[in-house]
Amino acid sequence: MAHNAGALDRRDTAWYVDKAVEWLVFIGGISAIIFIVGIFVFIGKEGFGFILGRFDFAEFFFSPRWTPTSLTNATYGALALIVGTASVTGFAMLVSVPFSLGAAIYIAEFATGKRRETLKVLIEMLAAIPSVVWGFIGLSLMNPLIISVFNVPLGLNVLNAGIILGLMAAPIMTTIAEDALKAVPDGYREAAEALGATRWQVIRQVVLPAAKNGLVAAVLLGVGRGFGETMAVLMATGHSINIPSSIFDPVRALTATIATELGETAEGSEHYQALFALGILLFAVTFVINLTADLFVRGIKDK
Amino acid sequence: MKRLAIVALALFATAACGGGSGSSRTLIQNKGSDTLVSVAQAWAEAYKEVDANVAVAVTGGGSGTGISSMINGTVDIANASRKMKESELEAARGNGVEPIEHVVGFDALAVYLHPDNPIDVMSLSQLAEIYGEGGETETWSQLGVTVPGCDSDEIVRVSRQNNSGTYVYFQEAVLGVERDFKLGSLDMHGSKDVVDLVENTPCAIGYSGLAYATDHVKLVSVMSAEDAPAVAPSVDTAIDGSYPIARPLMMYTAGQPTGAVGTYLEWILGDVGQCIILDKGYAPVTSVSCS
Repeated sequence: MAHNAGALDRRDTAWYVDKAVEWLVFIGGISAIIFIVGIFVFIGKEGFGFILGRFDFAEFFFSPRWTPTSLTNATYGALALIVGTASVTGFAMLVSVPFSLGAAIYIAEFATGKRRETLKVLIEMLAAIPSVVWGFIGLSLMNPLIISVFNVPLGLNVLNAGIILGLMAAPIMTTIAEDALKAVPDGYREAAEALGATRWQVIRQVVLPAAKNGLVAAVLLGVGRGFGETMAVLMATGHSINIPSSIFDPVRALTATIATELGETAEGSEHYQALFALGILLFAVTFVINLTADLFVRGIKDK
Repeated sequence: MKRLAIVALALFATAACGGGSGSSRTLIQNKGSDTLVSVAQAWAEAYKEVDANVAVAVTGGGSGTGISSMINGTVDIANASRKMKESELEAARGNGVEPIEHVVGFDALAVYLHPDNPIDVMSLSQLAEIYGEGGETETWSQLGVTVPGCDSDEIVRVSRQNNSGTYVYFQEAVLGVERDFKLGSLDMHGSKDVVDLVENTPCAIGYSGLAYATDHVKLVSVMSAEDAPAVAPSVDTAIDGSYPIARPLMMYTAGQPTGAVGTYLEWILGDVGQCIILDKGYAPVTSVSCS
């Protein structure tokens, strides 16, 4: 008996390696939770001083005056920043949703073999371009182009940033939308074709409705990407506090404001805390967007 | 297992060596103003020749960042393109630090226009009406000119982010301490970005350090009052004080500098150091003759 137990108790190197890897993987798995809680606690701690003290709901959400360093009249109105981020993201979606969905439908339903693989790789490469490069394209290529084509005083505006951001959000939207289309069982397509439907009728009346949740999730993730993007938006919007009245007006984004101002703000000051309050707002918005997208994705799996 | 032990040993050995060489060299931490960063780097580079045992590490980040690091004791010298604010002085005293200011040079803050813009001369009050809150000037025709390539006639104001030293100095010198900037300016994140944007935008006006001037932008001569003479921004007019928007560039230390930091600052204010700042397009504190 004792002899048997010893034989089963294989505590050699392989056993220890096994245990160690198990722990490493476990730590890797829960690290996401630790980080998200840690980040929330951190920005919460830095920003709540402002939210509980200086914060004025009406001013923060309805005043366009963001003048934190004014000596006589410091106001913390985030309206122009919120509108700036929303307008650029909105325009980016107008640009990128038709392209991304079109690309996803083509790749999932029409393209075959080599062409399909090449397209997929190219679209993924688009996602690998660093955002500062996109910003540089906006600043030095699109700016003079927009000035000369539309005869406007300035090429750094909603249009410029929207196009740049649209291109940046397109790869993730295309990839997820394509996955959603692929998840529709082939039986659906075959059944529709057997009933005499044309290729377009199959896509429009069978595949797209069946993949609806996944497509909505793809668009929402694109929106989340747009809200959170910083560097490219900082360079292409013109970074100007302004409620835009047309797509040719420069604006300023929430993310870009935090990026430019935080570096030179005294730690713990009212201005510093106000920037963290902007961070909390951004965090909350992207969290809700991603959560909604996730619920939609779950929606497809439950079916 | 054996290989792992060797790697660990090697790592330990390099760490030990690193520590050893560090103790015989003095490291000066220098941080702050983006305006001063290129000069500070040139100084640090040249100082290697003077004293091989002293290394100067230079980082940018802005005047405010440098000053707060100096207060916290993480840097030896803070570079600043503006004077320390009362709140910063209080924070320093609260930390038991008495900041000492060293003026190391002067910078003429140039007003930049697109080369096609016909304007050559502007007064401080004209600038204030363009940039200041409540200012009436919104179009180029209000200043009596038509700018080729700027069909909308709108003045595109290029400014800096609200906590840069350049922004604060322009506010003090042109708008007055109490007056805020008009909202809706393009708030660039670097001195060079301002010049780049003005270069590409016919309707634009911007302000930035003279050292960032290129051949593709126009520099405006500035009048301190409507009847005062117009003075072009240059190193000479910044030295003699005739150019109205020239600002001192400062280095702050916590208390009177001693040892290596003291010697370094003396060297900066000496002939060699001042020739370097002149070479970078800023005005030296004393008149020097450089080759």
